[in-house]
Amino acid sequence: MERNHLQRQIAVMRQSLFDQGLVDEQFVQLEELQDDANPNFVEEVATLYYRDSSRLIHNIDQALMKRPLDFHKLDSYMHQLKGSSSSIGAKKVNAECNQFREYCQIGSAEGCVRSFQQLKKEYGALKKKIEAYFQMVRQAGPDKTACSRN
Amino acid sequence: MDDHHQLINGVAGRNPETNKITALIVDDNMVNQTIHHRLLHSLGIENQVVGNGKEAIDVHCSGKIFDLILMDLDMPVMNGIEATRKLRAMGIRNTIVGVSSRSVNEHIQEFVEAGLDDYQEKPLTISKLLSILRKVRNQAEL
Repeated sequence: MERNHLQRQIAVMRQSLFDQGLVDEQFVQLEELQDDANPNFVEEVATLYYRDSSRLIHNIDQALMKRPLDFHKLDSYMHQLKGSSSSIGAKKVNAECNQFREYCQIGSAEGCVRSFQQLKKEYGALKKKIEAYFQMVRQAGPDKTACSRN
Repeated sequence: MDDHHQLINGVAGRNPETNKITALIVDDNMVNQTIHHRLLHSLGIENQVVGNGKEAIDVHCSGKIFDLILMDLDMPVMNGIEATRKLRAMGIRNTIVGVSSRSVNEHIQEFVEAGLDDYQEKPLTISKLLSILRKVRNQAEL
């Protein structure tokens, strides 16, 4: 009974990731790559993403402190962040990456700073939710992910 | 899934022992390396991963050949444009597909003209990969 309740909670949590626009179809693509031999693939990729992207976010933070801003460098960092964000299906983070790059194109320092603040917010929100989700999945044990076509 | 297997098995593989299609993933991003490796593996495609264009050249110089090369564009040391040009100059005629998060209208013409057979915008999905494999198959039949 308790296990069923946990499974329902996992399903609800998973659905909210989509309903809140935090992840998109690409997340489902990753789930479909999980099997008995790779039961935690999505969590492994997410962990890799947060490790890799935290370095990029730090670099962008540093670059945004310099004056004048090097928009080319900023765009390059953001292109990398966008690449991995879109690959794990981080929908809102990806949208903010695009917004930031638009501000780089027009050379708007204020726009870059503002959109980066928003990006970090979305990034943090996703991280919190997704870590909680995977924690619950781990609690449920093997074969208890709520993977289903959305 | 039967159609998928037919598509994969229909291509003459470079590995005579396993008769599997072989692929080289050229990408500096670890997240994408991991995902693309798993994607290809899930379709039964033997694959190797390198981190930039120069490593792709080196692995070919060591004598390895691949049915399919998934080439990222923006990489350190040697980018995808230069690597593609060099591979074509070396006489590599196998399928090279550009895979980047740049959209089609974001100056990828130079990349295409370097010698790509196809271009796919990231993220790669199963359906994009199957479309790529059809090209590999068509090329093998020519």
